[in-house]
Formats: sequence, structure tokens, C-alpha cells
Amino acid sequence: MDLSGQYRIPADVATVWAALNNAEVLAQCIPGCEELEKDSDTEMTAKVALKIGPVKARFSGRVELQDLNPPYSYSIVGEGKGGVAGFAKGGADVTLTEDGAETVLDYTANAQVGGKLAQLGSRLVKSTSAKLADQFFDNFSKAVAG
Amino acid sequence: MSDGIGARVERKEDKRFITGKGKYTDDVRVDNQAYAAFVRCPVAHAKINGVDSSAAMAMEGVIAVHTGPEMKEDGIGDIITGWSITSKDGSPMQCGVWNPMVTTYGRYVGDAVAVVVAETQAIARAAAELVELDYEELPASIGVEDAFQDGAAQVHENVPGNLIYDWEIGDEAAVAAALEGAHHITEMKIVNNRLSPNPMEPRSAVAIFDEAEDHYTLYTTSQNPHVARLVLSAFYNVAPEHKLRVIAPDVGGGFGSKIYIYPEEITCLWASMKTGRSVKWTSDRTEAFLTDAHGRDHVTKATMGFDAEGRIVGFKTDTLANIGAYVSLFATVTPTYLHGTLLSGCYDMPAVYGNVKAIHTNTVPVDAYRGAGRPEATYSVERMIETAAREMGMDPAELRRKNFITEFPYQTQVILQYDSGDYHKTLDMAQDIADVAGFAARKAEAASRGKLRGLGYSTFVEACGIAPSAAVGSLGAAVGLWESAEVRVNPVGSVEILTGCHSHGQGHETTFAQVVADRLGIPVDNVSVVHGDTDKVQFGMGTYGSRSGPVGMSAIVKALDKVEAKAKKIAAHTLEASEDDIVIENGEVKVAGTDKSMAWHEIGLAAYIAHNLPEGMEPGLKEAAFYDPLNFSFPAGALICEVEVDPETGVTDIVKFTAVDDFGNIINPNIVEGQVHGGVTQGIGQAMLEQVVYDDDGQMLTASYMDYCMPRADDVPSYALDHNATPSPLNPLGVKGCGEAGAIGSPPAVINAITDAIGTNDLQMPATPLAVWTALQNAKSSMAAE
Repeated sequence: MDLSGQYRIPADVATVWAALNNAEVLAQCIPGCEELEKDSDTEMTAKVALKIGPVKARFSGRVELQDLNPPYSYSIVGEGKGGVAGFAKGGADVTLTEDGAETVLDYTANAQVGGKLAQLGSRLVKSTSAKLADQFFDNFSKAVAG
Repeated sequence: MSDGIGARVERKEDKRFITGKGKYTDDVRVDNQAYAAFVRCPVAHAKINGVDSSAAMAMEGVIAVHTGPEMKEDGIGDIITGWSITSKDGSPMQCGVWNPMVTTYGRYVGDAVAVVVAETQAIARAAAELVELDYEELPASIGVEDAFQDGAAQVHENVPGNLIYDWEIGDEAAVAAALEGAHHITEMKIVNNRLSPNPMEPRSAVAIFDEAEDHYTLYTTSQNPHVARLVLSAFYNVAPEHKLRVIAPDVGGGFGSKIYIYPEEITCLWASMKTGRSVKWTSDRTEAFLTDAHGRDHVTKATMGFDAEGRIVGFKTDTLANIGAYVSLFATVTPTYLHGTLLSGCYDMPAVYGNVKAIHTNTVPVDAYRGAGRPEATYSVERMIETAAREMGMDPAELRRKNFITEFPYQTQVILQYDSGDYHKTLDMAQDIADVAGFAARKAEAASRGKLRGLGYSTFVEACGIAPSAAVGSLGAAVGLWESAEVRVNPVGSVEILTGCHSHGQGHETTFAQVVADRLGIPVDNVSVVHGDTDKVQFGMGTYGSRSGPVGMSAIVKALDKVEAKAKKIAAHTLEASEDDIVIENGEVKVAGTDKSMAWHEIGLAAYIAHNLPEGMEPGLKEAAFYDPLNFSFPAGALICEVEVDPETGVTDIVKFTAVDDFGNIINPNIVEGQVHGGVTQGIGQAMLEQVVYDDDGQMLTASYMDYCMPRADDVPSYALDHNATPSPLNPLGVKGCGEAGAIGSPPAVINAITDAIGTNDLQMPATPLAVWTALQNAKSSMAAE
């Protein structure tokens, strides 16, 4: 599954970059996030409760940031396991572009799902992911602007 | 005799089935009951490096967690296949090893890796989630064409190129020569879509180990409990045969998927011994999609040649058959001897050739499913002839008629010898019922409403009651395909039939009783049928391949012959008459032309009291017989489907479906019609709705009824049925099988009708609205391009 999007965030690139690397801000913005810990500058672990179609589960995931080019781009690679609900793994390339006082964020992501997520929820994964991404960036914009 | 052969007796078993009183495997509850849940491979191909069960074991109520290597260590055998196929170069087939639970490699999503045994089903399932698998994901081959490409990921190390066998039937050179000189050649790529069987009752097993007796009992959802016992003891080393009782109680449908002995039953038996508990496992629906053997999944390239008059000169198919990750029990014979042998259809073809390559993929095993190979053959033959007729500008019914076999027995170019048939009359009857003459007017009327109306045929023949044992043995079968029966006349005159067939929806309790009622002249209510328990019935091969009528009932007839002979001797002795003068009339054994008679209870009592039997006669009145058929029987039929397509949406409505079948003599028309209704509906499901989809990584995307579309009442019309019986000369009742014919014959009728409506032959199953709409758009754009 491939997903991409663009968001305009009312803050400068440096602020957006800092927020993207701030576990507290991320934890606040990720829908359903129950826990997010930064294990190092580039590694985080998270627990997220999600409902995708008929599948509801608590996913434990590990995320790594790669190809860091601060404050303009990085890649996120990660995977999450939700027990019998299945697993998801994938990555996203994120780029930030200055546009006056604002920042344009572009991302392209790909993900693979398995287990019940694939068996029961595959038709809903993309639309749910897009919805979650919108929610995240909506929260994120508010957090950064505030 | 109102209850006898041919009577519309209501099904005796329906009282308990439709009032919810059936007793299924999951209804079995015994002392000491524990429950199993399986931990399954989450990806299509993986090396399992470790199984961490510590968190699961720490859960309250968990009794044990066991894995494949432990099972192997205990000497539990690998899962076998029941039929060896030899490749065309003479080499034996190559199959991957199938451990009941994974020892090193998981090869499909759902492959059993570990079993959790716990006090309740809920605890077992929750604990299974806590079992952590340490695995390394490996490249996987999913689609059958991809898996056969150079460089495809290997499913098993010992099966190079994933090629299990490369088999052929018929005369390749003769077909090549015939095609060379052909006036017209039709070529098509034909995909037979992958299906999940979906019996209403999911698989279930209850294993009971009795330590004191060193004895095992297995309740299981099986179509053939005796074969299960034989294989479990002889190959899986679970227990010796005399220490293992297998009971298949009421079973809610099988369609082939319950022939096989799966990892779960083997594991439950072994886990029962390991834990000292009775172990029950019942599949949930998603588990059924993931682990029940699938059906079909062929990709075929077909070429059919005709002379200037429209007579077939040669037919050739090249098929890739997806076998899945492991070779299931009858997986090898389904695409070969049950498919290649039917490539002549009901046509007099002078040259036929079929090549089948069986391919391993990282998907659940594929095996026989209602029709088993014959639907695949029929779909190829019937789509080809209909398409050829359109290409040659001929009427598809007339092209069929030009090629129909008219003389029987008929020896095909692909092994089989057809027993009897009357294909012209069957098609006449179907055309009358379907009002083919009025089709043009209906099509015009539909066009006035903006709808596309189409009509499609399928004239099929199939082979039921696979046999005889010596012949199947010479072709590689590991078993014989006879059937057994015992008929017991009780001292009170009631009768019990013990049969090695198994009823999981077929209505044997009714039809088998009718055969006895007809012969002995007693009401069907005085006859009971015992089946499905290896401790009660001597032996038997079970029910599949539409064999219970032609094979199972023939065994009953043989046993009845012996009962009748002995009863006549007793009556002659008691009534002081000559044995030759004794006849059976109206439920009595009489001296012909006199009023001297004995009722069956008098005969039974005389036999069991034994005070006054003929000199030297053994007491009792119970006879057994084993019946090995002379040949298959060959049901045939003409199906006509009429559809209306909405060109704006692709939505297709089946407006009429006609089926005229030749099942030989019919024991109970209700039951036969029910079989046709069910079979045709399953065929419509294949043609228009059903498809198992794996994504490129081997994750199944259709593992529930949200994504796998089963036919429902509003997807099918009210069927118009009739029969044109040509009794089989090869069995005593003149019957042919009827259980699979509907599913075998109907898919091409549906697709031929839709392609007639939309004016393009470029359509594969399932013909969903999207597929039909897309075919219409493609046809429009290719016409525009021309």
C-alpha cells in the first residue's frame, strides 16, 4: 500500500523539524498513542491503540529515523505488532520545504500489513491510514503553531 | 411401494438438522475437556528460529504449549499424499515435506507452528497470542504463474523450480498434426479461479486419550473416518489401528475439504497423549479460510481445431495447477486423472492432449473441491466450443450437436470409457424448457430497456464413483475405491444398514433406506442407517466424488442379494415350499400364487431363535458385502443460462437457469434436485462471486465473508430442472452420481451467457460487476482502435 500527502504547517522549518523529533509532541499528536519513548536520537518505541475496520488492537512498535538531513528531510522505518491482530511494517520519506513563514511537509509512505489486519481489514487499511495521517498532521499543526 | 426407489420421500435426517438437534463434533463434551488453539505462521515463508512460550505458560489455565520439533521427536509422521503421479519423462513426482507442525520453515500464512492447550477455548486463544515467534522472513512465491518463472522463490529445497510433476495425457503428436491441418483454430487463456470450500460447519476435532486402555478416540469432521483411522495409524504413528476409534458424527458439509487428515487432528491426538487431557479444537471462520484446503486455481492455455464442417479435429491444453505449500491427500490426482481424462467432454474428439504442471506456492494446500478436476476440464472444453462457435459464426448448440458422442460405450482418447448417454435428447429438452426459440425476442425487449441479454450453454459429462480399485492402483492411487455395506435384519423385522460411506448433507439415511424399502417391501421408517464410526462399521472409503450412489448403494444391493437368498431359504423351509416359488411382495415373503407368507419380523425371529432352520444353516440374518465397481459412472447434462447485464454498471442478473441432467435412475428426486440446486449455486458462486485473493506477500485478503462473497438466495434464480435418464449398465441400480454435476457444469454456462451478452469472449471468473464492466470497456476501446 502506498500513501502520500502534503500539509502546510504554520511554523518555520526549524520549529517543525524540532517538533518532529520531539517524543512528547509526537505522543500528543499520534492518534491512539498510549506511550512513546525515545531510546536514542534516532530510535523510538511506541504503543498505539488502533481500530481498523473490525480489527481493534494495541500495537507495539519500534521506529527508526534514517537518512537524516536536518532540518529538511528524513526517512522513518518501522514495524508494529498487534498480536493476533497482525502486524504492519513500512516506511515514509518526509521532506520539509520553507514557504515564507510556513513549512510545506511532503511525505510518501508505503506499508505492508499481515495477519487479521490483512485478512479482515485490508480494504480499510488505506482509507484508515489516510484518515490517521490527516488527524496526526492536524494535531501536529496545532501543537506546533500553539 | 410408496417409500421405494423413485419416491419423493422427505429426508429423515432433516427433523434433527432443521430443529437444531444435530450432534456435531463441537457438541461433544467429555470429562477432562481441554481446548487447543494454534499459533500460526504470520508470513508466507519464514525460517522459524524459536518459539517463546514463557508468557503463554505463565497465564492461568494454560496446560501446555507444544511445537513441531517435539512432535517429530515423538515419532509423529509427516503428512502424506494418497496418489503418486509420474512425470511425462518417467520420473516420480517431487513433493515438499509436510510436518504437521512446522519444524523449521513456515510455508504459508496459517501454517501451524505451535499448539496451546488450556482449560477453556478463550484462554487457549488468548495464550496463543502471547506465544512469541522468532522468525526470519524469506522470499515467497504466491501466484502459480509467478512461482513457475525462472528465479522464483523456492518453496521447498527439494523441489527445483517449484515443479512437482510435469504430466501428460493423450497423444501430443496426433493433436499437433490435427491442428496443423485444421480449418479453424480457437485459442484461449482460461483461468479457473481459486475457491475456498466454506462448509457451513467449520472443521473440529475432539481427541480423547485413555491412558488405562492405551486407546484413542477421535471425533472429527471427516467425510471418510475409516481412511482417517488408517492414515493416522499407518503413517502418522498416532496409535495402532485397533487402538484408535474415529467417529465422524453429524458433519455440516464437506465439499471435499473434509476428506483430508489435517495437521490439527493429528496434533490434537498427540497433545491428548502429551497432556493426559481430552483436547478439543474448533476452527473459526478466518482459520477455515486460511487452512482448509482450497479448490481449483488452474491457469490453462487451450487450443481447439475444427474442420470446415465444424467437427473437432484436435484439442490441446497446457495447464499450471497451483498445489499450494504442501501436497494434500488427493492434490496430485485432481489436476491429472480427474481433469485430463475429461478433456474430451461429451464430444467425439479424434485427438486430445493435456499437459499439467503442478506447482508449489506459498499458499494453503489446494485439493479436491466439489467436482475436483472435472469442473476445470468442463470449463475449458465448454468455453472453447462456445467461443469457437462464435468465431466461426455458428450456433453454439449446433456446433455441439455436430460433435456429440452418440454411441455407447464410447472410448475417449484420454483413458475413460463412457457408459451410456443421450446427449442430443438432453439438449433438446433443455432448449425446450429454456425457450431458446423465444430468446431473440427477449433479447430485443431487454435492449429496449438498455439491458444486454445473453444465453450460454454447457453440455457436460463427468465421471463419478472413481474406480475400479485395480485400475486406480495402476495409475498411482494408494487406496482402493470400493465400498462396503452390511444389512442386518433384526429379530423384530426392522433393518439396519451399516455403510462405509459418510453422509454430511447427502441424505443417505433416506436414500439408502429407500433402496432397502424397495427391495424388502418395508417402510423406510423401519430402516436405519449407521455410518461414521469405525467401531460400528467394518470399513469403508467414505463419501466424495459422487460415489455414494453408484458405489455405496451397489454394496447395499449386494448385501441385500444375500439377505434375500437366505430369507427365501428360511421361508421355503418354514412354509414347506420350494425355494424357487418364494417371492417378496408387499413386505412379505410369500409362496407365489398362494396366501402362504411370512412377514419380515417372522423371518427375522425364525433366523435368530433358530429353533427351526434348514439343515446346516447358520442362525441370524445379517449379510455384508464389498463392492468394487467395474468403471466410473458418467452423468451428463445440458445447462442453459440466460443473463441480463446492465452495461452501465456491469451488474449481471441470472434471469433463467435450466438444467437437464442424466443421473441414470433416480432414488429420490427431492434429494437429487437438492443436489443440483446446491451444485449449480456453488458453480454460480465460482462464476460470478467467489475468489480467494492473496496479496503479493502471501497475506490472504479474503479471509472473512466481508471480502469472500458466497452466493445468496438473491444471487440465483429459481432453477428449471428436468432429467433424461440413461441408466448406467455398470451398476445394479443403474444410477450415476449427482452430487457434483451442478458445480461441474454451471460455471461455463454462466460465463458463456455473460460473454454472449457483452459481445466479447475476454472475461475471466469471477464475473463481478467490475470485471464485466471492464470487459465491456476493453471491448469498446479495442473496437475503437480497429
